[in-house]
Amino acid sequence: MHIPDGFLAAPVWASLDVAAVPAVGYLVRRAQRGFEESRAPLLGVMGAFVFAAQMINFPVGIGTSGHLVGGALLALTLGPASAGVVMTAILAIQALVFQDGGVLALGANVTNMALCGVLAGYLPFHFWGNGPWRRFSFFLGGVLSVLASAVLALAQLLLSGIRMPGSVLGLSLGLFAVSAVLEGLITLTVVGALETLNPGFIRQATAGHSRALGLLGTVAVALAVFGVLIASRDPDGIWKLAGSLGIAGRAQALLPTPLADYQVGFLQSPWLRRAAGGLAGLGLIFGACVLFGRLVSKSRSA
Amino acid sequence: MTPLITVRDLHFRYDDGTAALNGVNFDLFPGETVALLGANGSGKTTFVLHLNGLLAGSGSIEVCGMPLTKATLPRVRQKIGLVFQDSETQLFMPTVLEDVAFGPLNLGLDPHAAVDRAMHALELTGMSGEAHKAPYHLSAGEKKRVAIAGILAMQPEILILDEPTTFLDPPAQRSLIELLHSLPQAKIVVTHDTSFAAALSSRAVFFQKGVVAAEGDVTGLVRRFAWNSPVTTSR
Amino acid sequence: MHHVVLERWSRGRSVLHRRDARAKTLALLVFLVVLATSYGPLAALSGVYFALLLSALLLARLPVAGALARSALVLPFSVAFAAVSLLAGDAPRAAALLSKSYLSALAVLILISTTPLPQLLRGLEQIGVPHFLLMVAQFLYRYLFVISEEAQHMRVAALSRGASVRGMAARRARFRAAAGALAVLFARSYARAGGIHRAMLSRGFQGRFHLLAAPRFGWADAAFLLLAALLPAAARGFLGGWRP
Ligand SMILES: Nc1ncnc2c1ncn2[C@@H]1O[C@H](COP(=O)(O)OP(=O)(O)OP(=O)(O)O)[C@@H](O)[C@H]1O
Ligand SMILES: [Mg+2]
Repeated sequence: MHIPDGFLAAPVWASLDVAAVPAVGYLVRRAQRGFEESRAPLLGVMGAFVFAAQMINFPVGIGTSGHLVGGALLALTLGPASAGVVMTAILAIQALVFQDGGVLALGANVTNMALCGVLAGYLPFHFWGNGPWRRFSFFLGGVLSVLASAVLALAQLLLSGIRMPGSVLGLSLGLFAVSAVLEGLITLTVVGALETLNPGFIRQATAGHSRALGLLGTVAVALAVFGVLIASRDPDGIWKLAGSLGIAGRAQALLPTPLADYQVGFLQSPWLRRAAGGLAGLGLIFGACVLFGRLVSKSRSA
Repeated sequence: MTPLITVRDLHFRYDDGTAALNGVNFDLFPGETVALLGANGSGKTTFVLHLNGLLAGSGSIEVCGMPLTKATLPRVRQKIGLVFQDSETQLFMPTVLEDVAFGPLNLGLDPHAAVDRAMHALELTGMSGEAHKAPYHLSAGEKKRVAIAGILAMQPEILILDEPTTFLDPPAQRSLIELLHSLPQAKIVVTHDTSFAAALSSRAVFFQKGVVAAEGDVTGLVRRFAWNSPVTTSR
Repeated sequence: MHHVVLERWSRGRSVLHRRDARAKTLALLVFLVVLATSYGPLAALSGVYFALLLSALLLARLPVAGALARSALVLPFSVAFAAVSLLAGDAPRAAALLSKSYLSALAVLILISTTPLPQLLRGLEQIGVPHFLLMVAQFLYRYLFVISEEAQHMRVAALSRGASVRGMAARRARFRAAAGALAVLFARSYARAGGIHRAMLSRGFQGRFHLLAAPRFGWADAAFLLLAALLPAAARGFLGGWRP
């Protein structure tokens, strides 16, 4: 789901733009490491591949069909950093040339699909890629990548004040679940076909196979994603939680007086409260993504 | 006369196990034009990729007296200009001019000198009018001419052309022959077009299953391997 | 195809086409930010912004109807969300979603149809976007045509396989055929990238792309940027207000 311009509230798109810049910069440096710029043609052509792959339809039933989104497949073949760069380039070309997705909303779309989607798609493989759950990790990667991207996008829209009746929200979550499972199935079958063509296409998982860690990571991603969704629907929940833990009080005590006054005023505007609550959640998951990315790349280069 | 290129006992196997070269011996002398003939899949393209160090098999290759090693690679690539079989892969820059200037810029020329060289090369191949076009909007024959210009702009001492006549219409083929005649460099031309080979080359080499099966003048080899194009034989 | 048409438009010679890519990109950003943060009388503001974009279209001598129609590609998505907002009883937001997303798309379309993509990417680089990312985008765009054509062939092949069977088994067969087609397309794209890399190496590539001389940012460009930034901002200043 590519969010167009005009949908997101200014604090949402602005902060995601600001957050996406260093994150993409980091991915770019990682993807280039050891290759200088020699990998540019590979990444570009694989981006064209993902673009063109949309022409090939996968039958779903009841007369409909879906197509590959690609975040997980790219992560499995090129590695998470390069996959993130490819997805970023795809989103940029889509926004600029095809007016698909906004320019100001690029930070949001990049966060959802190129950062969180790719990392969520890689996570199961990272932990289970060597073990008996290998094939399952391909499937789960596809599922998680689409689910994470879609739910985050939904959260950002809710956060921006777009109101959705419960039934519509439920329906969209149902649709997301279907397309996530479809992406999982496509990723699984395409990886299978690729491995028969040339096993070298799929990367080696490096983390060994720790089922427990993998489970933890997967559950954490799912919780974080849905937590953000819930938080952006009902931001007061987060502040209540913070209040009951005494965090809000302590934070206010730490701030110097003029700022603390401002802070109180800030928290009294319901709209800003909503935005700030959700943004805090988004910031959290963004931080988690970046942290995870670092962990993955550490263990890779080690 | 010392040869510009000497190849001895070159073997190469692709990753999937295909034995593409099985002991090739070859020499190229200054000023001559050699045609490489042979069936599809006989190893011609694989062979010329070796001369530019793009594939590395076993055996020895010497270019202008330098053995081809990692250290000599940049200098060898400066001496040998290779026009690829598929121009779509060769024209990767966004505009024709940038594509032709790509090589000169890599040689360390400053942008102005690189543009001058590129424009000169485009004039030689009759493509200077399309300098600012995107390569993918060109016709197949125009792409080929830009690809050749991209190599000429690097002013190499040896020119290798892999199937230069595919997609060229007859006038363009004639002008390519004239152009190649006017260039002083030694040339290797991989081609299935025997009349083109005959018009251009002093000597031909016939590839078969990854070895040089025979050498000699073009007409002799064509007769020996019945290598005429079907249109001319049926008349 | 959408991008082929825009590319043809982008080779025009109008005043707007001749402006530096940086000036046009920054002007677009200013416009988008002003638009995105506009509150107040939506109809009046949208009218003024639309008039501004329309004059840009005329200035660029672009086919007006065609450009307006092409920007409407965003509308299906916006209409869906506008409907949801209406359902939730938020009519002003529904209107804002429609007009803001359409005007934004039109503005981006004007940029891309007055600036050839290579120039635009070059401008982005001068503004500070990482060179490597732009090279990836450039290769992506360059080979989009080539790979799409191959995908078209693969699609036909995948459709013709498994077309004879019916029911559940047929669906699975077609699913597998599509996956096989994608895998082959992947492998070909990979090989294509390898060939490109070889072609680069054989022309002396040693790990870094060198650039031709950069275009200059002249007085006309500065004047254009100033005007293009001031007009929408002024419109919002007069008509709209800030919301806290
Ligand atoms: N990348 C590759 N991987 C595996 N095998 C390859 C590859 N490229 C070529 N081959 C095989 O190597 C052999 C020699 O191929 P090559 O391209 O050198 O032939 P050629 O003489 O140039 O043929 P043509 O006249 O069709 O261009 C063929 O059997 C071919 O199938
Ligand atoms: Mg060949």
